[in-house]
Amino acid sequence: MSEASQLSAENVAGASATARGVRGGSAGSTGSARRAKPVLSEGKKAERRLGLLLCAPAALVMIAVTGWPIIYSVWLSLQRFDLRFPDQREFVGLDNYITVLSSPYWWTAFGVTALLTVVSVVLELVLGMALALIMHRTIVGRGLVRTVALIPYGIVTVVAAFSWYYAWTPGTGYLANLVGPDTALLTERLPALAIIVSAEVWKTTPFMALLLMAGLALVPDDLLKAAAMDGASAWQRFTRVMVPVMKPAILVALLFRTLDAFRIFDNIFVLTSGAQDTASVSMQTYNNLIKGLNLGVGSTMSVLIFITVAIIAFVFVKVFGTAAPGSDQGGRR
Amino acid sequence: MRGATRTGRGRTSRRRAVATFTAALALAPAVAACGSGGGGVTTINVYYAPEQNFQKVVDQCNAKAAGRYRIVLNTLPRDADGQREQMVRRLAAGDTEMDVLGLDVTWVSEFAEAGWVTEWTGENKAEAERGTLAGPLETARWKDKLYAAPKNTNVQLLWYRDDLVQQPPRTWDEMLAAAKQLKDAGKPSQVLATGAQYEGLVVLYNTIVASAGGQILSEDGGRAVMDAGAVEGLRVLRDFATSGVASPSLTNSKEGEVQRGFEAGAAAFELNWPFVYAAMQKGNPELAPHFKWARIPGVTPDVPGKATIGGYDLAVSSYSQHQDEAFETALCLRSAESQKFSAINDGVPPTIESVYAEPEMAEAYPMRDMILEELKDPAVRPLTPAYQSASTIMSKVLSPPGAIDPQATAERLRRELQDAIESKGVVP
Repeated sequence: MSEASQLSAENVAGASATARGVRGGSAGSTGSARRAKPVLSEGKKAERRLGLLLCAPAALVMIAVTGWPIIYSVWLSLQRFDLRFPDQREFVGLDNYITVLSSPYWWTAFGVTALLTVVSVVLELVLGMALALIMHRTIVGRGLVRTVALIPYGIVTVVAAFSWYYAWTPGTGYLANLVGPDTALLTERLPALAIIVSAEVWKTTPFMALLLMAGLALVPDDLLKAAAMDGASAWQRFTRVMVPVMKPAILVALLFRTLDAFRIFDNIFVLTSGAQDTASVSMQTYNNLIKGLNLGVGSTMSVLIFITVAIIAFVFVKVFGTAAPGSDQGGRR
Repeated sequence: MRGATRTGRGRTSRRRAVATFTAALALAPAVAACGSGGGGVTTINVYYAPEQNFQKVVDQCNAKAAGRYRIVLNTLPRDADGQREQMVRRLAAGDTEMDVLGLDVTWVSEFAEAGWVTEWTGENKAEAERGTLAGPLETARWKDKLYAAPKNTNVQLLWYRDDLVQQPPRTWDEMLAAAKQLKDAGKPSQVLATGAQYEGLVVLYNTIVASAGGQILSEDGGRAVMDAGAVEGLRVLRDFATSGVASPSLTNSKEGEVQRGFEAGAAAFELNWPFVYAAMQKGNPELAPHFKWARIPGVTPDVPGKATIGGYDLAVSSYSQHQDEAFETALCLRSAESQKFSAINDGVPPTIESVYAEPEMAEAYPMRDMILEELKDPAVRPLTPAYQSASTIMSKVLSPPGAIDPQATAERLRRELQDAIESKGVVP
């Protein structure tokens, strides 16, 4: 196994561990620890106390750097607080939530974000799977193939977005010139959304492929050979053998990408700055919070994004625990 | 055993690296302080939008300071949003390293209300107001106090081809009628204006509303008015967009596209800033001799059009620790002499009236009399601390101009603008 796939295999393992932690709510290191709870011996208790003590500093740092900003955002979202009117700060309860949730602008952005997320993740899954299979099956120049495939993922998103932007600039961009001399596709809604999706897909398919390749490594060759002996076609081997075995890896990859895709910002910021209703929820939050200096409404939006992301993760983790064979050690026993 | 030794050595060198890094961190502020202190000489940091020859103006002011302080020019990003964001973010955090700020004319009220810029008083105020045109000066005031000194101004003119149009139109109706005649005769007939969804569309609409004697916001910026004149402005904008003589790419046109469209030869009229004069000489020398200017069209024949003022004002940050020097610097950067230099070399129209009479101005600004005429009877964009939000909403609601329904659109604007200036609504 190459270093890259090992790395991603660890990622997958780490992610499913996190997923278990979220689901179970307890930080038990294995599934059996949970069941053994009532019969702890003295030594076990001491061990556990030491474990908690050792965890404490990390937990405190986590609370300081992630917990506090979240709490502060929630607190800000309950206030009328605009840096342009510093004297008019007051507590307004859920007013900001009513404002945002009743705004057509917010729902437009929400719809755009959801659309971008679904389309780009589906495309990435299909292309990523193809790329993973290629990288997995390559015999000659393995390292080269994998390195080349990973290049887009290594480029900073903003830099990549700018190269797309210039490519689509009428007059000077090579892609714009391919389409026609006087077309400005980035200024029309659907073409602009398509360009944003393609930039996203181009950029993150390698990441998807990397995660899926780790899953491919889990598929035993013997199983595939046996299936072939039984007369399974290549497509049948793929859908009946590989995909079920890889399912945990696929789900983790989908979870990661969905969470990422929902928070899409850089590509839109560079390509259209949200014009023609192409703004995502993050883009709109930025417009209200950083550009508009409205800490109240802006924080409300970031809290809403946080909640949405949490719901997505929750749904995925639920799907995990129930439908994925072998994803959870506890589930198999 | 060998492994252990290696780990041990590794640890030592890592510890050394950490120590070096910590030392560097500890030293950094001292080094930085040296940099800004310049060995005892006060540094005045000027933050200004990119302007090609502005460094020369700074150099001249440095010479005048004669070593009492040193002015350092920090160039902000090219786009206005980027400029504002950088300054706002740092000022909100109380950054003391910014002294003189170059503010777009629409930002002064916002910065003043937030308490980020110092009021101009006494001798400095008198100096900033002396000989300065009233229109640009109004953009530097908020609640009857002066918060900035106008550095340069700008107004759009009506540009037309005198080989197609004998008498420049006085109103929008006249202009559209003339364009339709040209179109029927099979001649170049388009009317070009900034109709894309951005600040340029707000400028266009503001110009029309002011020409119609209307108001978008109340004088104090606290209430969305959208009176009869503002509704009339919506009608004029819609009629223009649906007249058939507007460019097909109206909803996609910013200043640059408008000018390139005119140079291409299909248009008879354009509404644009004075930079187009120099651009035309380069872009289409054959057409250039027929490229003439007139006052921006009005809405009724008896009231001439009022053009929206653009440009930059210089303000002093409230967090600046060298207020006196900062005021002196700002005054020097916008002195009559500096403004003349910038007008000729960077093409930015002056805010001090006497500069227009300078003989060197005649060549660079053949249209200076018309600029001056418009500047004396101008349209100022609504003054409100929430201008950024108000503008975003206006450009959003007005797009595309062809879809405007005057009464309904006015109602929507009134509602959303009111929310914006109370910082209640969502900015798209």
